[in-house]
Amino acid sequence: MAQASLTRPTDMRAKLFGPGSFKYWSVAPLLIILVIFTALPIVQLLQMSVSELEFIDGELVSEFIGLGQLDNLAKDPIVGIAIKNTLVFVVAVVLIETFTGFTLAVAISRTRSFSIVYRSVVIIPLLIPPVAIGTMWSLIYDYNYGLITTILIELGVQHLPLWTADPDLALISVIIVDVWHWTSFMFLIMLAGIESIPPSLLEAARVDGANELRMIRHVILPMMAPTILVAMLLRTILAFKVFDQIFVLTSGGPGTATQVISMHIYKVFSEQFRLGYAAFLSLLVAGFMTIFVAFYFWASRVVRRRLG
Amino acid sequence: MRQKTLHKIILNLALLVVVFIILFPVFYIVQTSLKSTADIYSGTFFFTARTRNYEEIFTGSRSNFAELTRNSLVVSSSVAVICGVIGSLAAYSVSRLNWPRWATGGILVWLLFINMMPPIVFVTPYYLWARAAGIYDTPAAVVMAHVVLNMPLAVIMMMNFFAEVPKELEEAAVIDGCTQWQAFSRVIVPIVRPGLAAMAVLVFVFSWKEFLFALSLTTTSAGRTIPVGIANFVQEFNIRYGEMAAGSFVAMIPALILVLLAQRHIIKGLTVGAIKG
Repeated sequence: MAQASLTRPTDMRAKLFGPGSFKYWSVAPLLIILVIFTALPIVQLLQMSVSELEFIDGELVSEFIGLGQLDNLAKDPIVGIAIKNTLVFVVAVVLIETFTGFTLAVAISRTRSFSIVYRSVVIIPLLIPPVAIGTMWSLIYDYNYGLITTILIELGVQHLPLWTADPDLALISVIIVDVWHWTSFMFLIMLAGIESIPPSLLEAARVDGANELRMIRHVILPMMAPTILVAMLLRTILAFKVFDQIFVLTSGGPGTATQVISMHIYKVFSEQFRLGYAAFLSLLVAGFMTIFVAFYFWASRVVRRRLG
Repeated sequence: MRQKTLHKIILNLALLVVVFIILFPVFYIVQTSLKSTADIYSGTFFFTARTRNYEEIFTGSRSNFAELTRNSLVVSSSVAVICGVIGSLAAYSVSRLNWPRWATGGILVWLLFINMMPPIVFVTPYYLWARAAGIYDTPAAVVMAHVVLNMPLAVIMMMNFFAEVPKELEEAAVIDGCTQWQAFSRVIVPIVRPGLAAMAVLVFVFSWKEFLFALSLTTTSAGRTIPVGIANFVQEFNIRYGEMAAGSFVAMIPALILVLLAQRHIIKGLTVGAIKG
């Protein structure tokens, strides 16, 4: 923009309507969308979070309260639990899925004949609606008629686990579903990493008499270290989004056992109908994630330069 | 040599178990959707398949899947078209038309940021805007949110495809007297058409499965999509399992079709944001 204002009007016109103008108007719709729908919302959030908002007879009434939302934050008994649950969830799923994704990638990279079948099947969880994943697993977990119950009764087990209805098991149940859902994502990144290892390297190790385990430990793992690190960071960022399956499986319950941050903000917004406070919390999340994402960009660049 | 064959068999058996773990829940949902309530409660594996649950959700008085499906189709195809057009134009401009590096890099980082930001952040502003614009509880509101959510995927996928097209092609077209627009629309687009199709299909599926905005920007079946309808089943006191399973299977159909067409373009699109290590 600054450049445009420095040039003479005729140049401007040439830029906008001349033969080279395609360069500008082809990117314009995207920029307009980005500014209106991703930059303006942040401004809107800032505005909302210093206000108390209410709909009275369908009219939005806004009252300026300055930093009043800080009091609401201090008085909110759930937000701390939600942050703790989110962190436990994120750490658990990232660690487990890194392991399962890597193992699966090593295994499938070793196959030839059915490779394409495996690869097609593995991406299914990433494409079906998370809500449907939630209902699928709620059928499996169901205490009365679920698959697990049916099997355990056949096996003669007396104390049937309640899964999503047991405060101690609920978060674990949700984590299991997430592993089913997202292992594939880690798998895809890891597989791309494995396939970029020069075959000659693996061949050399094999000639030297390395067995499979040694090969993984001494050749594949060191070569894959940068990929694994970056994949873990990316998965961490994406895991913070978790909402859909928790909404379906537990709705944050029982009690607050699976209350995560997105779920909490959604409840503040839609059940308590405190728009200002929801906006304030959203802003905090946006701030935190911005720092984290910036760190991801920085780290992946460093990793690529040092090890790549 | 014999040991090698043995290894292969064990490996493939282990992978079969993985395939089973992935496919079984899907199979379980199909099975449940074809059962009567009594068969669901008894947990039997042997039963007579019936399509009543499907009839019930589409034509029954307690469900509105006909409307929800129509909304889902309208939303997902609109989003695919809008993202397809805007995304490929922008991707072409950014990757081919001599923008300075900071401009290209800036847009890329911005898009990745959107891709990584938890969507809940945008819920309250979009809710207010949708109400102010009078589109609250219509498919238009959901389309608005989904276009933004899917723009990073659309642009980044197309940038990768354009990067594979040799530069000489456009240069030749321009020398032959084409404008840049003609070079783009008549030479480049036909070349990347398979990629463009893969991107549009993937955006369609992502929009189809999206839940948070479809839930927050709507309140009746006038604007709701299939995932919201399924989630409603769970919140009822007496869950109608058969119908819930039938609805869930309907929701999975686009994904399952896509898997049958699985190709490397789609696999690449699934890991957008993974900066090459």
